[in-house]
Amino acid sequence: MKTELTVNGVSRDLDLDPRVTLLDALRHHLHMTGTKKGCDHGQCGACTVLVNGRRINSCLTLAVMHEGDQVETVESLGSPEAPNPLQEAFISCDGFQCGYCTPGQLMSATAMLEEAKEGWPSHVSESLSNPGTLSDAEIAERMSGNLCRCSAYPGIRQAIARTQGDAGGKS
Amino acid sequence: MNDRFKMDEAQPRLLDSTGQGIIGTEMDRPDGRLKVCGAAPYAAEFAADRMAHGVLVRATVSKGRVLALNDESIREMPGFLGLFHDGTMLRNSAQGMAGEAPVQPGLRVDYHGQSVAVVVAETFEQARDAAQQLAVRFEAAEEVEVDPETAEAIELDEDSSEQFGDLEAAMAEAVHTVDSVYTTPGHVSAAMEPHASLAEWHEGNLSLHGSYQMLRFNKKELADSLGVDADRVRILAPFVGGGFGSKLGIGAEAVAAAVAARELDRPVRVVMARQQVFDCVLRRTETRQRLRLAADEDGRLSGVGHEDRISQLPEESFGEPTATATHFMYGGKNRLYRKEIARIHRTPSGSVRAPGEAVGMLGLEGAMDELAEVCGIDPVELRLRNIPDTHPETGKPYSSRSLAECLKQGASQFGWENRPAAGSRREGQWYIGCGVASAARSNSLVRADARVTLSADGAIVETDLTDIGTGSYAILTQIAAEMLGLPASKVTTRLGDTDLPGASGSGGSFGAGSTGSAVFLAAKKIRARLAEKLGCDVDSLTLKDGVARGGNVEKPLRDLCVEPICEEAGITAGKLGDDYEQASFGAHFAEVAVHADSGEVRVRRMLGVFAAGRILNVKTARSQCIGGMVWGIGSALMEELGHDPRTGHIITRDLANYHIASNADVPLIDVHFIEERDDQSNPIQSKAIGELSISGAGAAVVNAIYNACGVRIRAFPATPDKVVAGLEALGL
Ligand code: FES
Ligand code: FES
Repeated sequence: MKTELTVNGVSRDLDLDPRVTLLDALRHHLHMTGTKKGCDHGQCGACTVLVNGRRINSCLTLAVMHEGDQVETVESLGSPEAPNPLQEAFISCDGFQCGYCTPGQLMSATAMLEEAKEGWPSHVSESLSNPGTLSDAEIAERMSGNLCRCSAYPGIRQAIARTQGDAGGKS
Repeated sequence: MNDRFKMDEAQPRLLDSTGQGIIGTEMDRPDGRLKVCGAAPYAAEFAADRMAHGVLVRATVSKGRVLALNDESIREMPGFLGLFHDGTMLRNSAQGMAGEAPVQPGLRVDYHGQSVAVVVAETFEQARDAAQQLAVRFEAAEEVEVDPETAEAIELDEDSSEQFGDLEAAMAEAVHTVDSVYTTPGHVSAAMEPHASLAEWHEGNLSLHGSYQMLRFNKKELADSLGVDADRVRILAPFVGGGFGSKLGIGAEAVAAAVAARELDRPVRVVMARQQVFDCVLRRTETRQRLRLAADEDGRLSGVGHEDRISQLPEESFGEPTATATHFMYGGKNRLYRKEIARIHRTPSGSVRAPGEAVGMLGLEGAMDELAEVCGIDPVELRLRNIPDTHPETGKPYSSRSLAECLKQGASQFGWENRPAAGSRREGQWYIGCGVASAARSNSLVRADARVTLSADGAIVETDLTDIGTGSYAILTQIAAEMLGLPASKVTTRLGDTDLPGASGSGGSFGAGSTGSAVFLAAKKIRARLAEKLGCDVDSLTLKDGVARGGNVEKPLRDLCVEPICEEAGITAGKLGDDYEQASFGAHFAEVAVHADSGEVRVRRMLGVFAAGRILNVKTARSQCIGGMVWGIGSALMEELGHDPRTGHIITRDLANYHIASNADVPLIDVHFIEERDDQSNPIQSKAIGELSISGAGAAVVNAIYNACGVRIRAFPATPDKVVAGLEALGL
């Protein structure tokens, strides 16, 4: 099936078996292997990408369902020569070990910070209308869809908190 | 290499006198930028022309035979290329450091979930569909034992069963005793990257991109499995998405990919689905442990007993060394060990992070907490009182052991003296309590070789060690930079390729100490060559920021290596490994909240203090420790393999059913290191760290539950149902 996707701002034409997930389309048809497959069942978050600005598990959706959609992957954040502030913070806080869950964590965090800015509450928010600057508990809760078996959770949260601070946070 | 350095004598602490100042620092991982940009390639991410895709097919009986397996049902499916099930298929992954093929049972099935074939097609989707449509007929044995508790085939492991003195008499005479049974369920490594292999043959030579921990051994295992010469096999694993034991030995997907690629004469990639990783990669055995402690009125131990039952498939050699730490942790003259192995038909067991200590210390450190309670002695003080002067069984000295310092410093930093009396602190619906446990992990030195080349551009470190997240790229870079007086940016470390000198592999927490020493020794040889060129004594040589000084001469390093200087070195265990008891030590402190109605347990604070000789990089070492402590939380509260009681097959075979800790389960963990050098362990004075921090961690959490609400959980994990039942039994 022919499908057109915009990936990291570039329009891509694909001709795919309808069974190909968005994740496999990225990894194995567009050869953008930054996005990872940890479970292929929506249970780990390693495959998190943004579709039209929202974070989703790309293993749980078929590529052909995304005709015309805007997809953003880890490759859009920064390059090894010029990582973005969140990526820099992950490095300096050691928010990873093996690095396999990391692209998913980064994409999830990127979208999560936007969600918070838009005022979305979480399960641990004290107020439904104004979560304010994200506390550690808020970040932990909002990032719990992304598993990390190396268990770099404290570093991940510190990196996100630091970036939130750098960006002026959100009151 | 035949002039490997043998660790027979303590070595000078050279890394304390080199002047670069990079060793031990919080240096960022040199591989970090690639990882955060998604630019670090893992095994399944290499591509090859004309690559075909394979999907494994599993057995659905627990014991029996494949009766009919042919491609009739799938031959006509689009893209189908082949079905392979010759006698080379692996029953299960090789055990760590096997260096030879694991069992290749042909058509015999030994457990439900065993890989019996691989289906190959043009695309992954076609192969997956064909593998699902494939009709396989099995003959199932009528009687099959799948439960270690009821199994009749119980073997006594003589090598692990021994006694010193008379434990029964010590128990009878003791003022205080503990006699408790602890159980731990099966666990899995669940590394985030599923096992994946891409095999390509070229003129009879196999090149395999794989996700493995110990390439020097994996190469031999793969070659032996395929019946080819090891020289014809090359394995590449520059990045590995976690291992934790699951990638120690060659696995079913590697051999399947290699066989299919050979038959089809084109590259084949086989990636295990997450469920297949659960099915056919080794799990950690469940254990049943009886702990007996006998003590005098001051809580000093006169006897220790640790008996356990584990399970394993018939013919599989590995046996979880549950009581490892019990042998050397605490004193007491009368000691007894007895190990039983239930031979059952479940996915076979093997090494999962800290085999032995990870589960054995849940039992031991829980029992110590019980002893503290019956003696009326503070649990930290009880442990301090029972630290023996020398190994209580062999009389050997400890190479270095800062257990007391870890306990004391941890207690003070955690605020242990404010610990409430059991069941006395309540905040709303939550009971609050604190727990402690010691940590220990055996240290060892494994043969390792490395090559270092110094040229005008900087240095290159080469060895087939892997970095499975442990920080190998960082610490080897630091060792070379420190020894050669270069900024880390001038050192390039190349890993994960069997064409490079053979390393120890990443396993058993010996990677950094063993392979780090090989790098150190190769760089030391370069230092000697530089001193010669400079015309000074090597002892007076200083190398710093690319400048060499010695005698009265000073020269830029690059002038001394216009011709690159290349040295290889190797290390192997020696006399000191036998003469000293070598282990790393630590202490865990946890504060938990237990919900009075739901039984939910939240870990609110956790602190670990560790002593593991020289810390090569504080940042990566801390991450290792945090990782282990989080695994401790997992084993205390949620991790549990479930098996179908009829077939033994794993029913929690994905990440929705096998629960590992997520962000919300984990507090911001505090980790501290005690300054230590171990002169007996290796020439860089470091010790095991990767697995140290899981050892005992879960016990601190469960001991904290007891302190919070008076419920003693001895059947891990402490899930809400057990906590609620405990509260009800106490009338709460
Ligand atoms: S790979 Fe998509 S959630 Fe795990
Ligand atoms: S860094 Fe290894 S799984 Fe997260």
